[in-house]
Amino acid sequence: MYRLWATIQKDVRVLSRDKLGLTFLFLMPLLLVLIVTSIQNNTFELINKNKVPLLVCNRDTGASSLQFIRALDTVGLFTVRQVPADQDDQSVRDRLQKKDAFLAVVVPADFSAQMAIRTKSLSGKALNSFGLGDSTGGGARDAAASTNEGLPITLYYHPILQETFRRSAQGAIYSALQLVESRQLLRTLYFSINEKELPDTLENELMTRRAKINEMPVSRNGDRSTPNASQHNVPAWTIFSMFFVVVSLGSGIVREKLNGSFIRLKTLPTNYFVAILSKQVTYLAVTMVQAALIFAVGVWIFPLLGLPKLNLPADWAALIFLSLLCGWCAVSYAICIGVFAQTEEQANGFGALSIVILAAIGGLMVPDFAMPGNFQTVMKLSPLHWCLSAYYGLFLEGGKLKDVWSNVLSLFLVIAGLQGITLWGLKRKNLI
Amino acid sequence: MNPAKRMNGGPAIQINDLSFGYPGQSDLFSGFNLVIDAGKRFGLFGPNGAGKTTLMGLMTGLLVSSGGGIRLLGKEIKKHKSSVNFLFGFVPQDFSFYHELSPVENLSFFGAWSGLSSAVIRKRTGELLDVLGLYAVRDKKVKDFSGGMKRRVNLAIGVIHQPPLLFLDEPTVGVDVQTRHAIIQYLKQLNADGTTLIYTSHQLSEAEDLCDRIALIDQGRIIVHGDPDHLLSEHRQDGLEGLFLHLTGKNYRDQSV
Repeated sequence: MYRLWATIQKDVRVLSRDKLGLTFLFLMPLLLVLIVTSIQNNTFELINKNKVPLLVCNRDTGASSLQFIRALDTVGLFTVRQVPADQDDQSVRDRLQKKDAFLAVVVPADFSAQMAIRTKSLSGKALNSFGLGDSTGGGARDAAASTNEGLPITLYYHPILQETFRRSAQGAIYSALQLVESRQLLRTLYFSINEKELPDTLENELMTRRAKINEMPVSRNGDRSTPNASQHNVPAWTIFSMFFVVVSLGSGIVREKLNGSFIRLKTLPTNYFVAILSKQVTYLAVTMVQAALIFAVGVWIFPLLGLPKLNLPADWAALIFLSLLCGWCAVSYAICIGVFAQTEEQANGFGALSIVILAAIGGLMVPDFAMPGNFQTVMKLSPLHWCLSAYYGLFLEGGKLKDVWSNVLSLFLVIAGLQGITLWGLKRKNLI
Repeated sequence: MNPAKRMNGGPAIQINDLSFGYPGQSDLFSGFNLVIDAGKRFGLFGPNGAGKTTLMGLMTGLLVSSGGGIRLLGKEIKKHKSSVNFLFGFVPQDFSFYHELSPVENLSFFGAWSGLSSAVIRKRTGELLDVLGLYAVRDKKVKDFSGGMKRRVNLAIGVIHQPPLLFLDEPTVGVDVQTRHAIIQYLKQLNADGTTLIYTSHQLSEAEDLCDRIALIDQGRIIVHGDPDHLLSEHRQDGLEGLFLHLTGKNYRDQSV
């Protein structure tokens, strides 16, 4: 035990005197979390809080187009900015290219007229099918063809917009259009049947009383707050930082193997396994300090910088246990790399690059649900995936340890595998 | 009592019918035999590539022979790997310590790995730093030391556990005359206290001063073995350098890799 303690003391001393290594281990991860969270927070706010600017060029002078614009405003997704009606399509496109907005709608001059024809035709068809006859006259028959065509609204979008967002915007515009059309159709039908205008009170009641949708986030603890950029990013980049100890630890093992001290260690009556055990303890402590620092920054510093505060899971014991497990997994991986690498360059290069790859396939950079089908299987090979899944179980789903037991079990298996490979490597290289 | 004294008398090292070859190469040693008596200051010499470092690696267990056996103080190293490691100290040619640490911190760590208690480590550290002239810099980082000071730290670590056998691979390479003198005097003192020294070097004048037995090896074979004075007179040479060139020739030996 004294040998292990002396080795831990030695490792801590060597590490504490490596200023660059310490910067890499502690300062860089903090910067990384800060930068990535800031960037992603903008995206989150764009989607969750901010409305998207929408240019509307209304060339129509009728009531329907005004209703349509009002409807766009009430959809909740857009900040409608009207541009002069005399601007041509090229001018509208130019404004998008200058990023005045990312979306623009051009309402044609005959929008209201087309809307009237379309709704008359539709109401005529409806009355016929009800057996009430067509009281709308021959005009409807003439315009029957137009019922099968959409109204000629033009939507311009900046190519920078992602398809999913574009589809959301398109859906919202359709919804506004549908609202205007339904209102118009209702009026026409009412007039056709009752030969008088639809009362405003009835119209409002019919148009505004929609079925409600109850939104319920599926968190384990019943928390209804929407996860923010901090909840997503802090756990993910904490794991990434933990695994990046490979640069310090992996190359440290190689350096020790290559320099003279290793020769002497091999001639001393202590198994090299003690050195490996010491490194596990020392660097596990390093990963714990990393996690504590990053979480502390998320809780106390983020709000000062205008970023959403990190909400730590209620189950503290689970958080500590999972952090230890993630740290151990990271250290096991780093030691495995260090044992097999022949040079420091190999340990640094392969170690760092492999972490980036494992982070990518593990779902740290792109959410796992957004990955292609093949990667859904491949991601399970990444130790970072299991760490992230377990952390998300606590941070995003509000779970407790019992809720993430399958991830814990998987992590234990990954650690056992890495330790097994390391032991095999040590024996193969006659190091233990 | 110095543990080294308890081991004095009888053969310190017995090498019987030793075979060893590096992978992909023909055997460097085949049927190699050597006995080194306890209490001697034994010098192992030879040109580059002769097998000195390999033989030292085999004697310290860093390399494993393919045949034959090596006994250190009666214990077969293949069978008693862990206990044999208590019997010897090793001072490699490379600086074998942590440059980021101080002499005290290095000695504490290597002392623990040598199986010493913290109390013994503290006592031995004080003694060694004092006798090797490192006490004043005991808490400074070794990376800032001169080559001579690093050599003394290297030596101190090798003897912290007072081993009865001490392997020294070029312990004075690259040091000034004063440091060389101090190291040689310290080694003689260790030997007087009962430590058997097994020493390799290319500093043959130094070897003349230190060694009371020598073996000259070349291509994995012992060319001569015995008392230096006797060998010099037998081969009518004035010094070990002349004897060396006389027996191994003047051609380069390290022209292939």
